[in-house]
Amino acid sequence: MKIIAKDREGNEHELEGRDGWTLMEILREGGLGVAAECGGACACATCHVYLTDGWYEKLPPPSEAETDMLDMALGVEPNSRLSCQITLDESMDGIACTVAPE
Amino acid sequence: MNEPIETDVAIVGAGPAGLFAVFELGLLDLKAHLIDILDRPGGQCTELYPEKPIYDIPGLPTVTGQQLTDRLMEQIKPFSPQFHFGEMVTGLTKCADGRWKLTSDAGTEIVAPVVVVAAGGGSFMPKRPPVPGIEAYEGRSVFYAVRKMEDFRGKDILIAGGGDSALDWTLNLAPIAKSLTLVHHRDGFRAAQHSVNRMRELVDAGKVKFHVASVKALHGENGVLSSATLAGADKQEFQVAAAAFIPFFGLTMKLGPIADFGLKLTDNLIAVDTAKFESETPGVFAIGDICTYSGKVKLILSGFHEAALMAQAAFHICRPNDRLRFQYTTSSSNLHKKLGAS
Ligand SMILES: Cc1cc2nc3c(=O)[nH]c(=O)nc-3n(C[C@H](O)[C@H](O)[C@H](O)COP(=O)(O)OP(=O)(O)OC[C@H]3O[C@@H](n4cnc5c(N)ncnc54)[C@H](O)[C@@H]3O)c2cc1C
Ligand code: FES
Repeated sequence: MKIIAKDREGNEHELEGRDGWTLMEILREGGLGVAAECGGACACATCHVYLTDGWYEKLPPPSEAETDMLDMALGVEPNSRLSCQITLDESMDGIACTVAPE
Repeated sequence: MNEPIETDVAIVGAGPAGLFAVFELGLLDLKAHLIDILDRPGGQCTELYPEKPIYDIPGLPTVTGQQLTDRLMEQIKPFSPQFHFGEMVTGLTKCADGRWKLTSDAGTEIVAPVVVVAAGGGSFMPKRPPVPGIEAYEGRSVFYAVRKMEDFRGKDILIAGGGDSALDWTLNLAPIAKSLTLVHHRDGFRAAQHSVNRMRELVDAGKVKFHVASVKALHGENGVLSSATLAGADKQEFQVAAAAFIPFFGLTMKLGPIADFGLKLTDNLIAVDTAKFESETPGVFAIGDICTYSGKVKLILSGFHEAALMAQAAFHICRPNDRLRFQYTTSSSNLHKKLGAS
């Protein structure tokens, strides 16, 4: 499964997603500069991304815990998500995102 | 500036690793001072997950981040560690007599033969919102915490965020402000419900303005703020008066000055040997999340183990002429005396 991720400089990267991994893990491994300080525990908001190309609408909505933690993220937009809370599966092939500013 | 403090061991960071180090050092009669930029002990445990249960602390089937910290504080009490909270360690230099000197941004100086860096993921620093030029206003008009309420009396105050800090300070500052505007990216809050209700009452009474918006630009001169441009959910921009801007987006960890201590770093972690947990700089040790070696796992229990071995090595540096006698806490009356458990 493909992941299209734009880094903070605006460069586009095509990463290989893995079923059962979180989007945060793929972005971190891919060297996109996602700090993910809490390691995916929904406790730090440093894995903030914007879902693009209509992917925000395609995914199930964020949980209440994620919505709450997004309050601690910077530059939140209507398409903001915490990438550690998105567990990849085959239906997300081609998912597109932009890493949010630090 | 105060006189330098002299002690056996100076510890950077009061997270679980730094706290347990006090215990292991104390058993060997070594005294410690700790510096942490936070205003309380516990590091990640109390800052990031005070209420969450931890399940992998040996012998404690479940314990929250706050409870573990409280228990560590109780365990190290007999050794009277000295804490310097709210201070960032900014310098590490070698003294003429071979000891180390740690300095903080508050002017504290600690001279000790051994330094232990237990800095975890780095200093907890406030998150800076992505507003162009915000740095120029920091300290004069932009603040990440409220230290003295009086400084804000009679001012146009702009607060951003949706957590307890943002709400609490909205409620506390509204009565003394000339005007108070709260901005948040949604009309929902992760703060205590009674604070949210109270804030809404103040909005209805016209004492607080609330906008679902984000701060796009700051306007002023020479670091003195006069107004801010906000953008609402519809992207429409508008201006509000603001002499002080207080963003509350929590904290993030930044390695900070430790990067310039001249220690050997691997991916921003301090490389240590696994017998002593000493860095390549003699007398400077690293334990907990900040240290790295083959097989390192960032767990609290690893930090505890590293602290125990570090203490043995630190003893030989601090007391070069003394013999280290290995003793169990269960059976040594000498240790019982130190722990006040006779
Ligand atoms: C959400 C979450 C869940 C976790 N769950 C578990 C778990 O279940 N089990 C487990 O074993 N681990 C868990 N961890 C990891 C665990 O919290 C860390 O391994 C542990 O906190 C590391 O301890 P430490 O003392 O090395 O560093 P930290 O806890 O990071 O403390 C370091 C301290 O040093 C201070 N500091 C750094 N630099 C400076 C400076 N220059 N000046 C002043 N102060 C400075 C920092 O402010 C901080 O307070 C979890 C972590 C998170 C975020
Ligand atoms: S990694 Fe911390 S919230 Fe996602």
